[in-house]
Amino acid sequence: MGRSLIKPIIVMGVMYVVLKFVLPYIPGSAPLPSSLIFLYLLLTLSGIVIFETLSAESKDAFWGPMQRFLTGNNIGGLQALRYGVLILFPLLVGWQTYSSTAPSEQPPSESRTIHPAPPGEYTGLANPVPKTPENIMQGKGFYAAFCSPCHGGNFDGKGPAARGYNPPPANFADPTTIAMLQESYLFWRIKKGGVGLPIEGMPWKSAMPRWELELPDEWIWKIIMGEYDGAHQSPRTWE
Amino acid sequence: MSVIRQGIATIQRSLRADRAHGAWLAGFLLAAGLLALPSIGLAGEGAAAGPTEYRDIPYIGSRNLVWIVAQLHLLLAGFVLGVPIFAWLCEVIAWRGGEQRYDKLAKEFTKLLTSAYATTALFGGILLFLLVAFYPKLMNYLTDIFFPSFLLYCLLFLFETATLYLYWYGWDAMQYGRKKTLHVFLGFLLNFFALFIMIVPNAWATFQSSPVVISEGTAFERAWAATWNPTWWPINIHRLIANVVLGGYICGAYAGVRYLSAKYKEDREHYDWMGYVGNFIGVFGLLALPFAGYWLMREIYQYNQQMGITLMGGFLSWLFIIQAMLIGVLFLGSNYYFWLGITYRIPGSQAKYRRPIFWMLVSLLFCLAVWMTPHSLVASIEEAQKMGGAHHPLLGVLGVMSAKMTVSNLMILITFMSFVMYWRAGKQDAAGWAKLGKAVMGAVLVLASLAVVVLGVWGYFVPAIVRINYFSTSQVLIVIFVILTITPLTALLLKSAKTTTEMVWGNMPPRAGYSLVLNAVMVILLMTLMGYARSSSRVHWHVYGVMRDSSPYAYSPALGSASLIMAFCTFFFCILVAFIFWVATMGDKAKAAQGAGKTDLPHGIPAIAGGAPDREGGQ
Repeated sequence: MGRSLIKPIIVMGVMYVVLKFVLPYIPGSAPLPSSLIFLYLLLTLSGIVIFETLSAESKDAFWGPMQRFLTGNNIGGLQALRYGVLILFPLLVGWQTYSSTAPSEQPPSESRTIHPAPPGEYTGLANPVPKTPENIMQGKGFYAAFCSPCHGGNFDGKGPAARGYNPPPANFADPTTIAMLQESYLFWRIKKGGVGLPIEGMPWKSAMPRWELELPDEWIWKIIMGEYDGAHQSPRTWE
Repeated sequence: MSVIRQGIATIQRSLRADRAHGAWLAGFLLAAGLLALPSIGLAGEGAAAGPTEYRDIPYIGSRNLVWIVAQLHLLLAGFVLGVPIFAWLCEVIAWRGGEQRYDKLAKEFTKLLTSAYATTALFGGILLFLLVAFYPKLMNYLTDIFFPSFLLYCLLFLFETATLYLYWYGWDAMQYGRKKTLHVFLGFLLNFFALFIMIVPNAWATFQSSPVVISEGTAFERAWAATWNPTWWPINIHRLIANVVLGGYICGAYAGVRYLSAKYKEDREHYDWMGYVGNFIGVFGLLALPFAGYWLMREIYQYNQQMGITLMGGFLSWLFIIQAMLIGVLFLGSNYYFWLGITYRIPGSQAKYRRPIFWMLVSLLFCLAVWMTPHSLVASIEEAQKMGGAHHPLLGVLGVMSAKMTVSNLMILITFMSFVMYWRAGKQDAAGWAKLGKAVMGAVLVLASLAVVVLGVWGYFVPAIVRINYFSTSQVLIVIFVILTITPLTALLLKSAKTTTEMVWGNMPPRAGYSLVLNAVMVILLMTLMGYARSSSRVHWHVYGVMRDSSPYAYSPALGSASLIMAFCTFFFCILVAFIFWVATMGDKAKAAQGAGKTDLPHGIPAIAGGAPDREGGQ
């Protein structure tokens, strides 16, 4: 086996080990889903193929051993291994096909739409409540009473009830959540709750109550102001 | 059936009567048109009461048929509107610089154009018939608003066709002196009309996505008001650039295929060079495309939050991961072609550039990994539980626009530097200020990359509007500044540089030709994907928020089933283009077979598309 072939194998191995066993143990991290590991490994493999085929010499050093192993004459003891590979490879493909299509007790992987589009009547709504310190404070009070059990007193999605939910309540302090949305979006989600999610939000996995049954609109707008202020985020605007 | 038989007989007669290859193309187009006609006849009537709103056809369905025909028409139109831009630029380079190979290249590009033009018009006609037949209510509504621009479009088409014929058939007759100036002016006119041919129908399509309130007034006033809708100019700019990219990569693929099948050294050299030019044009447009795309999305978001979220955060958001993958492959493929060029066309440079290429490749892959990382990950329940939701606590931050904008800008910078490296390869600086110049360029590049990254990270900690209006714009301006600084500096440096190794054309390995074909397929797939995105963003509306789609097809197909149509459109378009190119180059083969007699061909032979005289012949 040529040197050029050993290096790529080591690179792929190291990459897999890093993604599977190193990255998850970095503080604040978590295990990566297999879809992401597959994606990063595929990119690594593409890089290897691109780099190793840049010149005639590197291409021969890279493909040569594989070509000789699969098609060359007089390969001695490797002959049995060649047959082994030629039998094993289709079997592996078959096994992969079977395991990905056979009925299983595991639910399929989800590609959930976290931010489905709001109904037309909610788009472009502006917060009618003036942004005064009093209103913000009042909003924070309502938040503490109605929202913090799940979304947390620190607006970080870690309220006392949060552990009971999958998926967990949104972390408003994360700059990739409410900071990406307009206030009208939050108004719709709070008002209609999980049951108000449209078809594109399937699978409907939100335990968010339908607050319109309990809170007047003005309170909801105040809660939104309190949330943004408390989480140190700003709503998306166009001005 | 008798009509079809008559049609076939007509085609056969015309083929027998005229051995010019244009007749083949005309025959094919006629047959396609005749075969498409019964689809309208098959159309079933809608509800009996009131005027017919929709018609349908069995099996394929009216929506799918219109989708396929519209997509093919758009792809063909993108090609025939993109190619004249760089064909004309090549002609101008030859005219001003005196390098005749550019004129020959421009002519070869235009030859492909003439044969594709008729097919584009044919698909446009079929699309119009199908729209009128299947969507009478919608077409009635649009006609009522855009009636004046329909007439303008017909006029523009007339001018474009006349100019194209003059431009192509007059190529040899207008080669020298003032006549050449006139020919160059015709090329300009061709592009001028082509631009308007693109932007007029863009108004109809963008009005459907972002309609504006139309007050009472004359027909012209109403049409003008509807034309100036919020997404009209973003689409115009985006499509203009995308057409250049599509045209460049398709010409590159054509050159790649011709290169792979070339038997003679001169042919290999010519098509190797043509492939390089095609790839260069594609990359040149590709560098600007993300900026235009970002502007378009911004306008959509600002026009309607619902539509913006449907695209970027809602059910179409997964589509943008596929888009990232396709663009990523395009960037990789284009850079790979540049790098192969350095290795194979400039002997001895392999060892010198291997290390920089390695780091460029690693950086590109890193950027691509970031771009392709979704905000919400595909995960099993077990995996999601371990992550604490669909967002990864560490990598989840890579899934939002700040990260995507940063890496796309970095990828543009890397690709630009790839080109600069290729440009400089095989040359030794001789200018006294070369050291200083290179230091300045290095500093500009490093500082610009750092600034792009800093703005990208900072973007997480500022309100969205600051990020969108200032940070992202600044990132784009920084990249443009780098391109505008390094390009003239490099050109100045190379003006006095000593060529140490002459560039050798025709030595590229077969995989270079395949990578050109791959790039073309990727850009076609990308356009079919974005066609689906733009139409689906209207969800169940023909005209967003104004005219509701009440047909049985008032639903957005899932990405999986949509990808079948996209793949079919890509495949069929490739077959169509291959056929058109085959027809267009038949004449060359015949002339090549005649050997020395090729230069004796009389100029100005009247022929239909694809069969124009070619004084150089045998390319």
